[in-house]
Amino acid sequence: MNGFVSFLTSLPSLFQSGVIFGTVILFGALGEILTEKSGNLNLGVPGIMYLGGIAGLASTFYYENLLCHRLNIAPNPVLCIIICLAATFLAAACGGLIYSFLTISLRTNQNVTGLTLTIFGSGIGNFFGGSLNTLAGGVGQVNVKVTSELFRAFSTDLVKTVDGWTAKLGFGLGTMLFSYGFLTYFAILLAIFLWWFFKKTRYGLSLRAVGENTATADAAGINVTKYKYLATCIGAGVSGFGGTYYVMNYIKGTWENQGTIEALGWLAVALVIFATWKPLRAIWGSYLFGMLYWAFFYIGGLTRSSQELFKMLPYVVTIFVLLFVALRKRKEDQPPMSLGLPYFREER
Amino acid sequence: METKQDNKIPSPIDQQVPSEVPAIELKGITKRFGSVVANNAIDLTLNKGEILSLLGENGSGKTTLMNMLSGIYYPDEGEIFVNGSKVEIRSPKDAFDLRIGMIHQHFKLVDVFTAAENIVLGLPGERGKLDKNAVAKAVREIADRYGFEIDPNQKVYDMSVSQKQTVEIVKVLYRGADILILDEPTAVLTPQETDKLFAVMKNMKKDGKAIIIITHKLHEVLAVSDRVAVLRKGQYIGDVPTSQASQQSLTDMMVGHAVSLNIDRPMADSLKERLRVEHLTVKNKEGVKKLSDVSFTAYGGEILGIAGIAGSGQKELLESIAGIQHVEEGGNITYIDPQGKGIHLEGMDPLDIIRKGILLSFVPEDRFGMGLVGGMNITQNVMLRSYRKGAGPMLDQQTPRKLADKIVNDLEVVTPDINRTPLRRLSGGNVQKVLVGREIEQSPTVLMTAYAVRGLDINTSYTIYNLLTQQKMQGVAVIYVGEDLDVLLELCDRILVLCGGQVSGIVDGRSITKEQVGLMMTKVGGGE
Repeated sequence: MNGFVSFLTSLPSLFQSGVIFGTVILFGALGEILTEKSGNLNLGVPGIMYLGGIAGLASTFYYENLLCHRLNIAPNPVLCIIICLAATFLAAACGGLIYSFLTISLRTNQNVTGLTLTIFGSGIGNFFGGSLNTLAGGVGQVNVKVTSELFRAFSTDLVKTVDGWTAKLGFGLGTMLFSYGFLTYFAILLAIFLWWFFKKTRYGLSLRAVGENTATADAAGINVTKYKYLATCIGAGVSGFGGTYYVMNYIKGTWENQGTIEALGWLAVALVIFATWKPLRAIWGSYLFGMLYWAFFYIGGLTRSSQELFKMLPYVVTIFVLLFVALRKRKEDQPPMSLGLPYFREER
Repeated sequence: METKQDNKIPSPIDQQVPSEVPAIELKGITKRFGSVVANNAIDLTLNKGEILSLLGENGSGKTTLMNMLSGIYYPDEGEIFVNGSKVEIRSPKDAFDLRIGMIHQHFKLVDVFTAAENIVLGLPGERGKLDKNAVAKAVREIADRYGFEIDPNQKVYDMSVSQKQTVEIVKVLYRGADILILDEPTAVLTPQETDKLFAVMKNMKKDGKAIIIITHKLHEVLAVSDRVAVLRKGQYIGDVPTSQASQQSLTDMMVGHAVSLNIDRPMADSLKERLRVEHLTVKNKEGVKKLSDVSFTAYGGEILGIAGIAGSGQKELLESIAGIQHVEEGGNITYIDPQGKGIHLEGMDPLDIIRKGILLSFVPEDRFGMGLVGGMNITQNVMLRSYRKGAGPMLDQQTPRKLADKIVNDLEVVTPDINRTPLRRLSGGNVQKVLVGREIEQSPTVLMTAYAVRGLDINTSYTIYNLLTQQKMQGVAVIYVGEDLDVLLELCDRILVLCGGQVSGIVDGRSITKEQVGLMMTKVGGGE
């Protein structure tokens, strides 16, 4: 009983942890939704998040710790963020480009290619992460303090004001909703943008047609190859932000090689299914996944081994969603029909 | 379907003077797929304000030719002129730009989209904006103009086949097509829906559109078109104004004169009843009848040919005997074993049939889909028929390996290595020899083959004919589904002619003429 009460009182804190990890997952899933809408099943999401994360960290390290240090100037906040995000997007999009070239132009098996990319990305990430730690010298831990703080900055005034309004409730609503870095809100805006793009624009319609029925899209005069390449590369770029968000917002501008990015990357792939390929559903789904991920921490009396059972929760939920969707048979909840299939035009 | 029609229907159109340049002119178009020539030096013209029927049997190259106009294929040789100027059509987009629109036999629609979304798919629109109301309005305008019935906001997966076809046609018109190609549009329609479609087509013609309709239903050709062009085995045979054509004259053009093939056809000493099919009716998933009240008997010691235009129910007939198709109540399929005992096959699945020891062999149309596994070698494919035999969990590899050797030697299968090379690496002829050889080695009582020589060269085809004749002389009841009438007429002792899932007659293969079979396939002169 006592445990349950303490669990209830820790809910706001669970929610905050959920939002942080949820945002990592959300970026991964949004990129993957964009990719899968073009019919490409990219299982390289975890690897791509590694690529994004290490590129974001390495670029800011060079700017903040090496360049500015040598010139003896203070790092420019705007440049810090632009360099980091641009490097993240480019590196991750390059991962998407490798995947696109292999699966679209050379028509290799998508599953195998994606899995290989995951292994490749985590290898690259941990290799250069180790190198950065060595380069950083000192305690042997890279740390881009300035940039990381910029990523985590929020308006304390706003949080305090809202907390004040909700003080009677016993917890701070302002802390729960407004105490995160700007990328958190950017992820939500991005989800809304993707929803609008898919539903309300002709480009979105064409993209969905490519993923649903490639031959039909081709016959309708849509440049299938171009759509697949763009969606996959941009999608990978978006997924890459997940890695950088983890590096900057959660481990505060350092590098760790415990494989958390990979775990979150697989959750992102699961979230795509959970959200039934709908960006808006992915928003709350990601926070739910984040909270389920941390649930073990807030449930008292768990041993090391029973913790692991609770860490399964997001995956179990995904299986139930698959079951539910299969039983409900709603056409709109199904994966894009051509997902995972290579496309040849002159096939007879 | 039982409309009585005169053989000659005077076409009500005025004779148009072709003063204008033709909408389409094809000169010497040739297209090959590997060694198969699908279209050979074809010349064809289509005038504005004209409905042209493109007539031909299955495999005559109609669809391939039209796919080159719609940008799906690119011709190996020849020139295409649209409105008098030479063009290159390299993609479907090029075809749209030339205002050519094709309605494919298999609809190219996205299931989860609405009619309106499918119609605007791929069009640039105003700054990429998707104004669904404006599209719906434009769609309704087109529908009103030509007499379509369409709900722009209906999802495609909720539509009937006829509604989907309407979406396809409106899609093409919405893109401003002046030249429309319809690939067997009536194959999936009820007679009422067909009449509606023809009314719409005539409205479009009045509007100055040029239309090509691919079909092999002669009464439709006569009812709707102004001119008929005929293809046979990839060759252009000629064209004729519909007003001067009759079902008889068109059939003659379509099937051609009999060609002597010199296939050996001995008579068996005695005939034994082996398979009796009575009142067989089969419906597809949509509940449409694919076979209706089919009855016949197959005898050991004869080859029973099955003729008919593709999709007349041949596949369903063989598959229901083989236990793959669900048979409607009231139909009987009786297998008579060598001891003269009758066994009912209806309701059995292939495993039941094997377990009951019924000696039935089936060479399906789709070699790699149903008959063989492309990634496995010859021995392993032979094993597919025998792996259940023997005791214990281990496979008997020796017997199949010997059998594979025998097939390879007897039928002269060319393969780099019997036990290594996967079947997919072999040529089509060798693959077919393995399949037919394996089925014959089961010493069947009834041997069914579907398009056994499709895609094979002449020599291999004759090997297969001889094998089937050998089987017949050994007392096997052979059922041969074929598409080449010349072969059917020289190989088979009796021919069952199917038309639209019904038996339009069972005739003697030695006395019937090609023209008579041709007419029965299109329902004229059939019936008994």
